Amino acid sequence: MTAAISVRGLRVTRGGRQVLRGLDLEVEAGRVTGLLGPSGSGKTTLIRSIVGTQIVAGGSVSVLGLPAGARSLRRRVGYMTQAPSVYEDLTVHENLAYFARIVGVGADRVSRVVERVGLAANRDQVVVTLSGGERARVSLGAAILNEPEVLVLDEPTVGLDPVLRRDLWSFFHELAESGTTLLVSSHVMDEAARCDRLVLLREGSILADATPDDLLSRTGTDDLDEAFLELVQRGTA
Amino acid sequence: MSARATGATTLRVLRQLRRDPRTIALLVVVPCALVFLVDQLFADRPLVFQQVGVPLLGLFPLVSMFLVTSITMLRERTSGTLERLLTLPLEKLDLLVGYAIAFAAVAAVQATIVSLVGFGLLDLTVVNSKLLVIALAVANAVLGMALGLFLSAFARTEFQAVQFMPAFILPQILLCGLLVPREEMAEWLQWVSALMPFTYAYDALSRAATDGELGAAFWADVLVVGGVTVFALALGAGTLRRRTP
Repeated sequence: MTAAISVRGLRVTRGGRQVLRGLDLEVEAGRVTGLLGPSGSGKTTLIRSIVGTQIVAGGSVSVLGLPAGARSLRRRVGYMTQAPSVYEDLTVHENLAYFARIVGVGADRVSRVVERVGLAANRDQVVVTLSGGERARVSLGAAILNEPEVLVLDEPTVGLDPVLRRDLWSFFHELAESGTTLLVSSHVMDEAARCDRLVLLREGSILADATPDDLLSRTGTDDLDEAFLELVQRGTA
Repeated sequence: MSARATGATTLRVLRQLRRDPRTIALLVVVPCALVFLVDQLFADRPLVFQQVGVPLLGLFPLVSMFLVTSITMLRERTSGTLERLLTLPLEKLDLLVGYAIAFAAVAAVQATIVSLVGFGLLDLTVVNSKLLVIALAVANAVLGMALGLFLSAFARTEFQAVQFMPAFILPQILLCGLLVPREEMAEWLQWVSALMPFTYAYDALSRAATDGELGAAFWADVLVVGGVTVFALALGAGTLRRRTP
């Protein structure tokens, strides 16, 4: 496989606590990889290390063959933070238009993205009046404006209704088919089944890295939640 | 640096401000009201009003932009938008200069309106050009913005940021020479005063108002105000970290 993201022996300490303890990971190019794990397992820290905003204590992270956070990667990697990082006092369109100017894409692309994330009806609404799910989609829209080669999404579907979640996941797959590499974190196991590959994270270490089917057959379960439990039990046994 | 990203940032900041008409009203109305208050306070002593009034016109933008910038920047830090911007192809200078242009524009409007009130309605006069006072006010606003930007890195919450006003601004107002001429202060206070940027901002305004010929002392003040602005912006840029713990 061609790895778009390659993590070697990554160690991160936050607030005196070791959050990631020597983590190794390869994320395949042109696939949707799910990063699953409970709250506090280190998902966001790993994601921040990959986009280059996290100070790391050791190890290496490379993205598209370059060290994470490299200057030229700022045009090639899209990042959606967990909390919607958009301006609350601007409209949907004003937000996206601003980020579009920064990444250097035109007005037509902004309109397409507004449609794509399903906010055409809210185009001129000020973000503070939007629901949590709508805000998250503004944030997602900002991350996909310049069609980055690697898209890193931190819990993009939290609080969305099931129909919208399904739509977004099929959108992620469309992006992957056109060659984008996606790393999507979630703490909801039922989303795991929609990924090409799963990385299960627990207490800063990788518990499993496999396809959903592999995971089920390896644990002899028919449900990813149970598979996760089984793996935890084996790990502690 | 890119003109496109800088310009986009200026527009964005102005748009955000436009969404907050109450703040705009406060920025304009409060200084006008305060100048009027000072005018009334010294109604029997018009000379004192002349000495205090003009520097006040030029110091308001410094205080307002300091506060507006520290809160705006703090929001930018806590909402995650700063983290997002720093993962994008945006130079820190684009962001800082974008902010500076936006706030300088607001300060120009603010200073012009307050000056119209001061010079037009309240009979304030200056020996030199009134435009010079407005220009100094805009320079002071950019200084306030630079200081606010830098100090916002040391506030975790908006409560703390607001406390920088009494902690950082008030001592400078007390010691800049506005209330008591610097020569009449205790020697150690003169030394402290000499370390404070407000002192030079005040001195320049006061000279613009009363000195017939603007000499080396005036230009030295202007140079200090400009120098401190650049220095604070550089320190501020240092607090915008692409990587954080």
